[in-house]
Amino acid sequence: MSANGMNLTLKVWRQKNAQTAGKFVTYKAEGISPDMSFLEMLDVVNESLVHKGEDPIYFDHDCREGICGMCSLYINGHPHGPKRAITTCQLHMRSFHDGQTITIEPWRAAPFPVIKDLAVDRSAFDRIQQAGGYVSVNTGGVPDANEIAIPKVIADEAFNSATCIGCGACVAACKNASAMLFVSAKVSQLGMLPQGQPERYRRVQSMVAQMDEEGFGSCTNTGACEAECPKEISLTNISRMNNDYFSAKLFRQEELHGQSHGE
Amino acid sequence: MSEFKQTFNSSLGKKLIMALTGLFLCTFLIVHLGGNLLLFKHDDGYAFNVYANFLTHFPPIEVIAYILYLCIIVHAIYALVLTIANRKARPVGYAVTASDNATWQSKNMGLLGSILLLFIVIHMSDFWYRYKYTSSVHFMEYRTDLSSGVTQAVEFTPTSPDFENSVQTVNNFEIVRVKDLHARVQTSFSQLWYVIFYVIAMVAVSFHLKHGFQSAFRTLGWVHRKYTPIVEFIGTWLFAVIIPLGFALMPVVYYFTRS
Repeated sequence: MSANGMNLTLKVWRQKNAQTAGKFVTYKAEGISPDMSFLEMLDVVNESLVHKGEDPIYFDHDCREGICGMCSLYINGHPHGPKRAITTCQLHMRSFHDGQTITIEPWRAAPFPVIKDLAVDRSAFDRIQQAGGYVSVNTGGVPDANEIAIPKVIADEAFNSATCIGCGACVAACKNASAMLFVSAKVSQLGMLPQGQPERYRRVQSMVAQMDEEGFGSCTNTGACEAECPKEISLTNISRMNNDYFSAKLFRQEELHGQSHGE
Repeated sequence: MSEFKQTFNSSLGKKLIMALTGLFLCTFLIVHLGGNLLLFKHDDGYAFNVYANFLTHFPPIEVIAYILYLCIIVHAIYALVLTIANRKARPVGYAVTASDNATWQSKNMGLLGSILLLFIVIHMSDFWYRYKYTSSVHFMEYRTDLSSGVTQAVEFTPTSPDFENSVQTVNNFEIVRVKDLHARVQTSFSQLWYVIFYVIAMVAVSFHLKHGFQSAFRTLGWVHRKYTPIVEFIGTWLFAVIIPLGFALMPVVYYFTRS
């Protein structure tokens, strides 16, 4: 490394919008501090692009604390870069070496159309969530704390599933562009808890139907999603979702005597 | 759309069909290997030929055989349908992809499955089809002296074209006349290219089932702290080691010792 920081070659996907075809453009990132985050490095590159009168690289970011799920970027073949269990904003340039070439691509999936450059439209996830990823809470008096006993192991498991930030790295990593890890985490976080029971089987059917509707691929249990997930969501969630789904479809009679649930 | 169609047309429903047909094919392999171990007996193919005759003339087994053929076809067609849908889910591919986030076999099930389908077609046309629908497999007569237990094998040419098999006891001799599939096996396994192709196909079986067996259980939703390690153990040692190794040894042993 030179005294003035790292010098890197960036191959960045530039695409005007969803309608036009994109291409890779090579940029030099010079004098990069190893203590910068990956996004700060892109900020530096963008600053120089603005000074030159060029269009800055468009990428998603928000909290830069690793919890919002807004940042993305497929870096050298890995969503959120080469390090495990972190988002791109938590990735530091010391994870790369001086003179390295870094290829930066957007999440690639038909349900995630490119908005511009490296930013993709992840509203498909919102629609899946809206299809059933909630519990209906009727208003009333404030319930007593710990009124409903929940075993710690269940609470922990549900919490682990609930740590999913919906960033879409699972879809990006999956060779089938499957959203099963995301959907299963959202199904699990509610389905395991008592509050989620009334809508448990309706929820899993609605969310899977919406997932298929959006055009995501199907799961082949490669485990790439689990390996790349910044929140280390477990592949077990997918089996749990399958279990609930097949229970709902094949073994449970929810709509007794031909009555549908008010649709 | 009916409830039934809706269930089995969903991505999860299609995966359920893949898992169930795949597991059925796995159980078949155990039976197939068990029966074929008779090839290792030095009895001029007596036990093996009687076994092949039993498989093709015992009605319950014939019914299961047709379910098996159906499973192979459904497994292959659904794999194709799912692969096309999965490709459609990513119309623009990545320039750089990582190889260290999943096992090689889990990412290449389609390639491995295609090798296996090609193998099954060649394998069935060589043995099953010739045996059942052509007269290219000749007959053998096994004469067992019931007092000494010694069996002699001689070629037999049936007088009627409809002859299938016969068992009779004459003068304290048991005479068994069956089609000599064993001779067909010997002819096939004496060709080097055939032996190499079989060994490659068994390597594909190994990798396909190393991922596939445990993956089927995951798809069914059977993940358990205690039982998943057992499933993985069986998938690895029985389906990815013992079974393909057992099958691969047959052409290799025949090529080097019997031709």
